[in-house]
Amino acid sequence: MSAEVAHGVAYWLRRLGGAVTGGISKLGYCARFLLAVLWHSPHAFRRIHLTLREIYFAGVLSLIIILMSGMFVGMVLALQGYQTLRRYGSDEQLGILVALALVRELAPVIAGLLFASRAGSAITAEIGLMKTTEQLAAMEMMAVDPLARVVAPRFWGGVISMPILAALFSAFGIFGGYIVGVRLIGIDDGAFWGQMQAGVDFWPDVTDGIIKSFVFGAAVSLIAVFEGYDSKPTAEGVSTATTRTVVISSLAILALDFVMTAFMFRGAR
Amino acid sequence: MNRSTIDLWVGIFVALGLGAVLFLALKVGNLLTLDRAPGYRLEARFDNIGGLKLRAPVKAAGVVVGRVESVRLDPQTYEAVTTLRIDREFQFTKDTIASINTSGVLGEVYVGLDAGGDPQMLKDGDRIAKTQSAMVLEKLIGQFLFDKAQEQKAQEAGGGGAKVTGGANKGDKK
Amino acid sequence: MDLHGSDAATLSGSAGSDTPAVELTDVSFAYDVRLVLTDITMTIPRGKIVAIMGGSGCGKTTILRLIGGALKPKSGSVCVAGQSVPDMAPDALYQMRRRCGMLFQFGALFTDMSVFENIAFPMREHTNLNEELIRDMVLMKLHAVGLRGAAQLMPSELSGGMARRVALARAIALDPMLVMYDEPFAGLDPISLGVIGQLIRRLNDALGITSVVVTHDVYESLKIVDYLYFVSEGRIVATGTAAEVRASMMPFVRQFVDGLPDGPVAFHYPAAPYREELFARVG
Repeated sequence: MSAEVAHGVAYWLRRLGGAVTGGISKLGYCARFLLAVLWHSPHAFRRIHLTLREIYFAGVLSLIIILMSGMFVGMVLALQGYQTLRRYGSDEQLGILVALALVRELAPVIAGLLFASRAGSAITAEIGLMKTTEQLAAMEMMAVDPLARVVAPRFWGGVISMPILAALFSAFGIFGGYIVGVRLIGIDDGAFWGQMQAGVDFWPDVTDGIIKSFVFGAAVSLIAVFEGYDSKPTAEGVSTATTRTVVISSLAILALDFVMTAFMFRGAR
Repeated sequence: MNRSTIDLWVGIFVALGLGAVLFLALKVGNLLTLDRAPGYRLEARFDNIGGLKLRAPVKAAGVVVGRVESVRLDPQTYEAVTTLRIDREFQFTKDTIASINTSGVLGEVYVGLDAGGDPQMLKDGDRIAKTQSAMVLEKLIGQFLFDKAQEQKAQEAGGGGAKVTGGANKGDKK
Repeated sequence: MDLHGSDAATLSGSAGSDTPAVELTDVSFAYDVRLVLTDITMTIPRGKIVAIMGGSGCGKTTILRLIGGALKPKSGSVCVAGQSVPDMAPDALYQMRRRCGMLFQFGALFTDMSVFENIAFPMREHTNLNEELIRDMVLMKLHAVGLRGAAQLMPSELSGGMARRVALARAIALDPMLVMYDEPFAGLDPISLGVIGQLIRRLNDALGITSVVVTHDVYESLKIVDYLYFVSEGRIVATGTAAEVRASMMPFVRQFVDGLPDGPVAFHYPAAPYREELFARVG
């Protein structure tokens, strides 16, 4: 191996190693950050108003996109599901298909992805901008911990909003499925709801979905506040951080979804 | 954006969320309908329960009257012992037959109860005397192939020219 | 009414009135490896306005961060009212910061709150005063900077000069003993410059506070400050009173004060010789 090639290889190995160790140390930093946020959380609940405000900005303002997406997803599920079920003469199972698909998987995941791109990016941008304009530093100099006053309320606002949004996504999705299945296609109303009721159990179907949405909410909120807090205090830095929030949150949701699904639904019930 | 407006909207938001969860629990799921009515237990033993799962429905004449509460294997007799939980409002005769059926091609497996004419009713803890196990597809196919093989043998044994008149022979079978 | 509680005694009583408000001794600081500050020694007496001057990026803001305890020096000591800042426990640091005000470059007002709420912020966070008292105090501070009528405006509706004044009102909201100004004159029109400069001087004298002004605006500073420190490439290169600085013949001071393009701070960024670069063959 000539000296140049060796240098090249060494260079790329060093970069790879640096990236890996950099990634791992950032993970550790993020874990410490999470502990710090949790430590300062009591403040977010004592001054409940801070958190309520964040629930408004993260949850209420995401309602439109969540409800509409939920309904469309439910409608598409009904359309597609009907085609396949009909082949086996099981079109009466449409209700249970739509309900289970939504409640167990689609609602937490899709609502999570939408939440990450709408609310998550907004949170990151907001915190990043506050960092850039030295508002966070000003707070620190006024002996007010930004973690308690800015970060923790936004984190908990996200964690509380996500399950609510996922439940609404499910509900509207089932409603959409009902519109398409019963009203448009003409499946029997009683069969639709009856089969659904027989097949969907609150425990574990609905509760698993709720647990998933809590976990996703925590993941997205943590990533959003962390990227904002850690962003470089320039315009470019904030925009990079916002993009990272959406990308990393989405990947995290999908990965966590796989892990949790494998855990929850192994074995026949 | 003043405080009271935020409070109002957050309140509405949380209320909607709870409403959605309630909807999912009651209308979509079966939180209240399940096991709320008082019931009694019956035992039923099968050679093969097929794909019967826990909480599978117990139906009589197609109407759900209860759920399968537990399934275990008897280590002595190697039978499947199931406990069926039946709603108290339904009484079944002592000569009721319990069978394992499948509803439709993709359908779920359930326990069907056929009542008889016995004046005495089953009580809490009684065992259903007659049961019919699930039809296992492989066994059915195996049985069919075996029967077919037997038929062929009988034909060949019955006449030398069976091969030539194979088609005609087929006609007068069963 | 004692706003500040018992900590007033700790920070101003136990130290005699001739203990300097801020004292840096042989302070060195580096963000990574490269030293940003080397052997900085400064004394800021009580009740005076001291300016820290130098070109951009020479470490002036870092000095403010060291004083405020946001950064820890690599070596040397930083003392505020006789107490070492890097060694302070979190509670003591918290108390110290309550007694300091800081005016950030461009204001750093909280954009989601009105002017009134920005100034009320430190009062609400650190005191238990009822809303009426807070209202009165906020209006007093706003009156001191001449913006009492702007109380209900949002930061986005303010001009640069007004935002700076609101930030100043916020910095003195709790009647601090030390106020730090980070580039208070940056980017202002001539009238606002005059206003801010006068406010810094008047508030310093009226409230008996100590002011540290980091700036590179010579003209405005010489009008109002008592003492100056010149920082170049992380070291202190000159100090003196306003009069001494005006009369100084030191090359760096002269270049800075007269605004000369070339001198100890070179015009040309280090590069290869001109002739060589022009006639170099590409490739």
